[in-house]
Amino acid sequence: MNKIKSIFDLKKLQSEVQAKIKLRENGDNPEDLIQIKVSLATCGIASGAKDTMNYLIEELDHQGIDAIVTQTGCMGYCYAEPTIELTIPGQQPVVYGFVNKVKTLEIIEKHIKLNEMVDGIIPVAYSTIDNS
Amino acid sequence: MVEYNMHILVCGGIGCKASESEHIKTNFADRLNKYGLADEIQVISTGCFGFCEKGPIVKILPDNTFYTRVTPDDVVEIVDEHIIKGRKLERLLYKDLKTKETVGDSKGMDFYKKQIRIALRNCGFIDPENIEEYIGRDGYAALGTCLSEKTPEDVIRMIKDSGLRGRGGGGFPTGLKWELTRKSVSDQKYVVCNADEGDPGAFMDRSILEGDPHSVLEAMAICGYCIGAAKGLVYIRAEYPLAIARLKIAINQAREYGLLGDDILGTGFNFDVEIRYGAGAFVCGEETALIHSMEGKRGEPTVKPPFPAEKGYNGKPTNVNNVETFSNIPVIINKGAAWFASIGTEKSKGTKVFALAGKINNVGLIEVPMGITLREIIYDIGGGIKDGREFKAVQTGGPSGGCLTKSFLDTPIDYDNLVAAGSMMGSGGMIVLDDSDCMVAIAKFYLEFTLDESCGKCTPCRIGNKRLHEILEKITNGNGELEDLNRLRMLSNVIKDTSLCGLGQTSPNPVLSTLDNFYDEYLAHVTTHKCLAGQCKALIHFKIDPEKCTGCTLCFRNCPVGAISGEKRSAHYIDQAICIKCGVCFEKCKFDAVLIA
Repeated sequence: MNKIKSIFDLKKLQSEVQAKIKLRENGDNPEDLIQIKVSLATCGIASGAKDTMNYLIEELDHQGIDAIVTQTGCMGYCYAEPTIELTIPGQQPVVYGFVNKVKTLEIIEKHIKLNEMVDGIIPVAYSTIDNS
Repeated sequence: MVEYNMHILVCGGIGCKASESEHIKTNFADRLNKYGLADEIQVISTGCFGFCEKGPIVKILPDNTFYTRVTPDDVVEIVDEHIIKGRKLERLLYKDLKTKETVGDSKGMDFYKKQIRIALRNCGFIDPENIEEYIGRDGYAALGTCLSEKTPEDVIRMIKDSGLRGRGGGGFPTGLKWELTRKSVSDQKYVVCNADEGDPGAFMDRSILEGDPHSVLEAMAICGYCIGAAKGLVYIRAEYPLAIARLKIAINQAREYGLLGDDILGTGFNFDVEIRYGAGAFVCGEETALIHSMEGKRGEPTVKPPFPAEKGYNGKPTNVNNVETFSNIPVIINKGAAWFASIGTEKSKGTKVFALAGKINNVGLIEVPMGITLREIIYDIGGGIKDGREFKAVQTGGPSGGCLTKSFLDTPIDYDNLVAAGSMMGSGGMIVLDDSDCMVAIAKFYLEFTLDESCGKCTPCRIGNKRLHEILEKITNGNGELEDLNRLRMLSNVIKDTSLCGLGQTSPNPVLSTLDNFYDEYLAHVTTHKCLAGQCKALIHFKIDPEKCTGCTLCFRNCPVGAISGEKRSAHYIDQAICIKCGVCFEKCKFDAVLIA
């Protein structure tokens, strides 16, 4: 480790290491942030959900969008894997099916940035303990 | 740089370590390795979360899940269910005491709702052994601001404006102390951190040093800049091995990164910190005694003035502040004096960390804004009294403090109100007592502690407290007389007025405050020779109610001295000549047939 020799060095290091604990800071205040759950059950993983999740995290980070990406269990839409659930703060969650890299990018560009829904939404036909 | 998708925070405070949190961490690492997830999920050992009652704590982010009472055996299930399949483990989530519903994240818990964490901001959030995590949380930014943008006078004014007062118990304004030390002229000055936490049951300083040691180092450097000192010393008791180990790591890392040492951040400011060990004497928390102990002399106090600000360590001007006081400093610099002063009451600003202990449901470490009421602390945060019993009093300020009764439940807590109520802030120990605690015995307990810890230099403290203890002993043994109560009060006042240092001047406080608030209990001890709480062994005897006794023989089988006799399915009998009053029969009886009389 090189010594920190100036205020500038300290600030530079701070911005580098901040990313490492940003996930913790965001996770502590989930209600104000975009949340994306990726269904990572066996069927999801087999259909490439892992790649989708990694791509999501990478791309959001790359574009500087603050979001919480978590994995979740099977959502039950096995025919439409990989599936993700997107929650914009203050809005109802939306589930997307067949989310590959192209779809991921489209969701980020349109839904997350412009708040315009795109094709591929799976209508939610059930209620969970969380929203009942 | 490895990017982690998920962080698992395992409490590494000493309380949770005692419950195998180390083992939990290694189990996580092993299980994650098995699934090839070691590069995606980071497992970190953090400082104390504060909720010691429910420890060991495991927090998972970004899912914001707060698992309580985790054992090493639970790890496999957490990884397989939560991490792999995304299903939270209901059985390990916190259950609300009132609604009986499970609460998944810490924000929803009553224990955390009323807390504001300033001094404990990083405890349970960062890895205390990694300086970069501290830097990522604005660490050393305050030092940078002070060195590059502010004069020492500016910083001192800021601390004064913030209204910060010493958190070690005295409540002396921190900014004023710094200013006084700055004004003393000398070739060499010292910054001393008082980490000699001596109150029974208080552990906030230890937790801060274990969970966020860099915040203290940063504040010491800022203090050094303000008063003109190049050397800092941390006086810590050798009984705190984990705090010492983490502090050592922190000092070495700060040196390595150039945040301690010569020419810090290229500003020409030099500052370094060393550790000095104490043997764990209560009196060494008093600043003059502490300084003598550091100099290698006997840990005895001397008369003030001269104050350490004029003549301290090695005869040089020395600024002594407590750990918690220091940990507030960087936040005040970063967020501003006005922000800090907006929290709290008129004369006590900011927050205070309290160690909740005793007969309370949620034992742990809490940080609350000044001005919160005792009722909020005990019933909202603390979850009420254990086993649904009745609240009797809370002891604050340790052996130098006093008891607050029911009538003070709605008094806003700050330095001045506590003194007015006959107690004191102290370092923040809060021991909750219920109706089964005898107040005379409590006063005796604290006096025993002071007797042990008195350095013996001055007569009132050395001999006066001994006599005081003898009178209490006499009362609890059933030999007390009415005149003893007056003797207690008179002697207490003499000790208070004539002792040399704070230890002696405050040692009779537990006696005086219980005399004031629970005079009827004292009276019962000396007149009818009864202990109302049923605690004083000499004044009680156990007997069995023949109406209620079912003859189950449970007491007979558990009595260690064979004092109980009786046939199966018929009433039993205790032979008072043999009974040693251990109380086992009372605890074991399922039919409330054993009575205290």
